[in-house]
Amino acid sequence: MNREPKLSLWARSPLGRAVLGFTGLVLFVAGWKLAQVTGWAQAGTIPDPFLLPQTLEDEWSTGRLLPAILSSLVHYVWGLGLGTFLGFLIGAVTASSHWADALHAWLARILRPIPPLAWVVFAIAWFKVSHAGAAFVIAIGVFWVNYFATWSAVRNVEPKYYELARAFGQQGHLNQALNVTLPASAPGILAGMRTGIGQAWMTLIAAELLGVPGMGQEMNAAAGVGAYEAVVIYMLIISLVYTLSDTLFARIEKRVLQWRPS
Amino acid sequence: MAPILNIDNLSFHYGNSAEPVFAGLNLRIEKGEFVAVVGGSGVGKSTLLKCVADLADSSAGSIFLDIPERRSCRRRATVFQDGRLLPWKRLKHNIAYGLKGLDLKREEREARIAEVLSLTRLSELADRWPHQLSGGQVQRAGIARALAVHPELLLMDEPFSAVDAITRQHLQDELLRIWEKTGAAVMFITHDIEEAVYLADRVVVLSGTPAHLALDQEVALPRPRGRNAEDLQQLAHAIAQEL
Repeated sequence: MNREPKLSLWARSPLGRAVLGFTGLVLFVAGWKLAQVTGWAQAGTIPDPFLLPQTLEDEWSTGRLLPAILSSLVHYVWGLGLGTFLGFLIGAVTASSHWADALHAWLARILRPIPPLAWVVFAIAWFKVSHAGAAFVIAIGVFWVNYFATWSAVRNVEPKYYELARAFGQQGHLNQALNVTLPASAPGILAGMRTGIGQAWMTLIAAELLGVPGMGQEMNAAAGVGAYEAVVIYMLIISLVYTLSDTLFARIEKRVLQWRPS
Repeated sequence: MAPILNIDNLSFHYGNSAEPVFAGLNLRIEKGEFVAVVGGSGVGKSTLLKCVADLADSSAGSIFLDIPERRSCRRRATVFQDGRLLPWKRLKHNIAYGLKGLDLKREEREARIAEVLSLTRLSELADRWPHQLSGGQVQRAGIARALAVHPELLLMDEPFSAVDAITRQHLQDELLRIWEKTGAAVMFITHDIEEAVYLADRVVVLSGTPAHLALDQEVALPRPRGRNAEDLQQLAHAIAQEL
């Protein structure tokens, strides 16, 4: 017998959750607006939420928004792609070879704690203020995430699968890599890639604050003239693009890992 | 008949231990013979099987396989206790796993897979993922994968110990049917003496520290055997005395 109150059941139904989610959003915006009109927050430091649609239209019609998004996407795709590829490659090689592992172990221990943004100095020195510089900084952050995820995933492949490969004469390096190591470590590797997708956004904005064209630079410029509504617009667009890329990747992940019990 | 497996004076000890797990083991298996190896836990039954499967290195002694190398077969194949399917391959691809590298045409490969799928009654499930199979189906798949490489020696490491009692009886009968059909010799590791007596032509007992061959008992009961037949029970009881 179901003794749960009806309201609590409703709060767990899809419709109930949607209504409550929307209500939470409305309450947040109401509180925000209240803080702005009552002068609770110092005047001029808090954007007016009701001006956001107008600001979005302005940013769009003045031709600033789209180039900024596209420029950021260039940094994002290159930085994410390079960082992911190199992190995966070096993680996989060092996890598979005792030689490579020993050779890089100290180096990795020294370099790994350095925050990606500390490399901005060298990004400017080597690449000037350019797309490549921003991509470089992003790639460093993404690299470590993927390197570490891949390394531990490959290291943690259960030895019983290698024993099976041996029992059935499938010991060739490439054969074992493709049929055992890679699929067995895929869940860990993909989880690392997904973390990297988020990590890349975080470093992206900071990397662009140094002056490379993109959403980070637009935010900085808008903040400089007190146009906080525009700042919020860029923040929301970052959130949107991240959600889109994460959702897309989650689909790919699900398809690649369809062999796992759900 | 010449034995296809000749284990001579075999010893095994782990790298860090001076005391061997087993020592001075001698065992022969004839072509097509079904031999069960029984013993308590820790006597090295599975280790012995791994030595024969070339998955572990013995410390002393020799293992000789008198099976010709043929390019379309493997000389021996192993069935593991946990079934050990690769979770990321569909059933039919798991069964095809050992065939890679053998000299088989595409049609021959497909025919092999179809043959062992039907032999183990898994044809309907060929496209399933391993997690969609029951414990008994996983074990049958492990057997099918081993049979697909047409081995002359089938090495089975407690293959039915993880399934429920009713499934176990079904699997035992299926194994006998398959064994009679394929004519492969079987080395079957188990801790269950009744299972050993029900299945095997010969039961050998490992016991002691270090373990040695305490008994090599022919099972001269006609097939098909009754599980509850008195002579079978008596023999099982006699063997149990040696453990």
